[in-house]
Amino acid sequence: MERRFASIWFRHLTTDWLALRQPALRNMPFVLAEPVHGRMVITAANTLAETQGIHAGMVVADAKAAIPDLQVIDYPPGLIEKLLEALGLWCIRYTPAVAVAPPDGLILDTSGCTHLWGGERPYLKEIVTRLRDRGYDVRMAIADTIGTARAIAYYGKDAPIISSGAEWDALSPLPPAALRLESDTVHRLRKLGLRTIGSFMSMPRTALRRRFGHELVERLEQALAQKDEYIQPLRPIPPYTERIPCLDPIRTATGIEIAIQRLLEMLCKRLANEGKGLRQATLYCHRVDGKMVQVAIRTSRPTAHVPHIFKLFVLKIPQIEPALGIELFIIEADKVEDADPVQNALWGGVPGPEDTALTELLDKLAGKTGILRVSRYLPDEHHWPERSFRLASSIGENPTTTWCEDRPRPTRLLAKPEPIEVSAPVPDYPPMLFRYKGEVHPIRKADGPERIEREWWMDKGEHRDYYQVEDDGGRRYWLFRSGHYTDGQPQRWFLHGFFA
Amino acid sequence: MAVLSDDKRKLIGQLQKHLLRWQGFKPSENHPEGIGLGPIEKAFPNTIFPMGSIHEFIGTTPEQTAATSGFIGGVLAALMRKGGVCLWISTSNRLFPPAIKLFGVEPDRVIFIEARREKDVLWALEEALKCDRLIAAVAELREMDFSQSLRLQLAVEKSRVTGFVLRSNPLRVGNTACAARWHITPLPSEVEEGMPGVGMPKWGVQLLKVRNGNPGYWEINWSAGQFMDASKPAKVSELPMRNRKIG
Repeated sequence: MERRFASIWFRHLTTDWLALRQPALRNMPFVLAEPVHGRMVITAANTLAETQGIHAGMVVADAKAAIPDLQVIDYPPGLIEKLLEALGLWCIRYTPAVAVAPPDGLILDTSGCTHLWGGERPYLKEIVTRLRDRGYDVRMAIADTIGTARAIAYYGKDAPIISSGAEWDALSPLPPAALRLESDTVHRLRKLGLRTIGSFMSMPRTALRRRFGHELVERLEQALAQKDEYIQPLRPIPPYTERIPCLDPIRTATGIEIAIQRLLEMLCKRLANEGKGLRQATLYCHRVDGKMVQVAIRTSRPTAHVPHIFKLFVLKIPQIEPALGIELFIIEADKVEDADPVQNALWGGVPGPEDTALTELLDKLAGKTGILRVSRYLPDEHHWPERSFRLASSIGENPTTTWCEDRPRPTRLLAKPEPIEVSAPVPDYPPMLFRYKGEVHPIRKADGPERIEREWWMDKGEHRDYYQVEDDGGRRYWLFRSGHYTDGQPQRWFLHGFFA
Repeated sequence: MAVLSDDKRKLIGQLQKHLLRWQGFKPSENHPEGIGLGPIEKAFPNTIFPMGSIHEFIGTTPEQTAATSGFIGGVLAALMRKGGVCLWISTSNRLFPPAIKLFGVEPDRVIFIEARREKDVLWALEEALKCDRLIAAVAELREMDFSQSLRLQLAVEKSRVTGFVLRSNPLRVGNTACAARWHITPLPSEVEEGMPGVGMPKWGVQLLKVRNGNPGYWEINWSAGQFMDASKPAKVSELPMRNRKIG
């Protein structure tokens, strides 16, 4: 497929932006400066300042000597990157693949887009006019390669559109700097009298490589479409995405539901054909007022089942605020996995945790993010009660060890052991009675102690001596003493759980 | 009162059976022999533990809630004997997963759902009870009014999932549409004469309300992995070694 790229050069990116923000600056020379090695160095100068001989890289003091009423404004760090990204996102209306080319340019992959504006010339004119109307001084060129488009945008003098195969002729009269070379290489070329690209373009590549390094040859080949070059789009285009534009803005929940249903039908049909299922999807709603709202869902197993995913989105509809109306719905499958063929009963007709209907229920419950937490526990090889089980990583994970059942464990465990007052007769004997929340429990029967050591490689502290005790009312508790008996110090006893 | 003819008597008997069936009291294909509750099962209509309906458990203290959790664990074990999954929905997540293994439930077959508010517990329970692939759903709820319980009951009648509502320390017990209301209290455990230590769990099971059945009070033990009638003490030698209590 024929590829076409456009390059946009913002000649005074930062100063134009500042002049837009502060109209008073429009008619006076001003510069942006930042401290470098203790001096204020100019990073950008506006047109008025440039005509009087000020340029980037000068020291502010020198510039002030030339123009006493020069305005100096501090350069906010990261401004160029932020501006380019914002402009790049704005340009997505012209093509989905836009990349930033610091320090002052954008690259657009215009393949297959220009005909929507009636050809390359109206396309280019439209973008340039709109950017100039906003106040940016731009130059733009379209060519078969990124290198040529950029060279023409920055250094071209004639037509900005280079037709396919005409790169050679277009590049010949341009200076070597147009090829995005390092300043060293440019300097050496000039020293040797090679003042245009044409003067060395037909030299043998091996000779060029030997004298000027690999970079020159690579840039030249890229510009001449002999070598591929790729751009890194600002917004990577997700492979699974569907969109519905609406003629009339949608404002009701019913309307949103219909839109979701249609989007899902399109998306899931594609997924099902390719044997895939989605694990995560996001719905973007672009509103009339220029804002965007988004909701996301996740599933516990890859699925392409429309009613199920629809149900998950329906739960999220209250979060979508249509305001004046939604004009564009986009659904993106952020995470797609291979879907297993439908798996049926694992245990003789009785569904296990991997059952489809069941995972759909769990997705629905988990969809109430922040309100419900769905967890499944597997045994873990720790004696410490709080660590004797762990969260299962997925709904289908099987336990690797068995649940320990040789020791008494309470059915209900307190999240934090609660301190109790205890009277115990002899060290290491179970207590005679304990007081919990103001009530005295005389102990009738007791088991223990069961000493559980702290896992010293995980945390510090005392070991615990656990006792299972039963009071006169038949109520059973799990108590422990923290640490050893030591003379003269009060023992710390805790209640940790209730037995059935 | 007019004397009914035999035909009519038979017809009325049949209609009553139909009514019971519609109310969810039908023998389950999976559990023809009952679920091991022994004499308690006789209190229910048709002497069948009603599956596919809501059971309400009242507990006023944490100790009673712990005993109730154990009792529910024992019932769940019987229901899940042939596999399957159940849900445990709560706001606190106080149940200690490894412990229900002692009552015969594989803790990894229980999916725990933690909610922040009671309202969300109810919502989650209703959604769970609508899903016929579950065996049972347990919810720890404090308050439940009649209309809420009716919604739950309607959901289970379609899906045949058994629902357990564990109400710890409710402010108002009130009227509910549940099939049964239980009250489980821990009782002093029994040990062999002269032996030290704590015995196997023993509970006082009180059926406060049963729809179409007879309320009553029973004392049962949990030993050897099943419910045992406490009035007929099990001989220790019958127990497998690992279930025996050793001082």
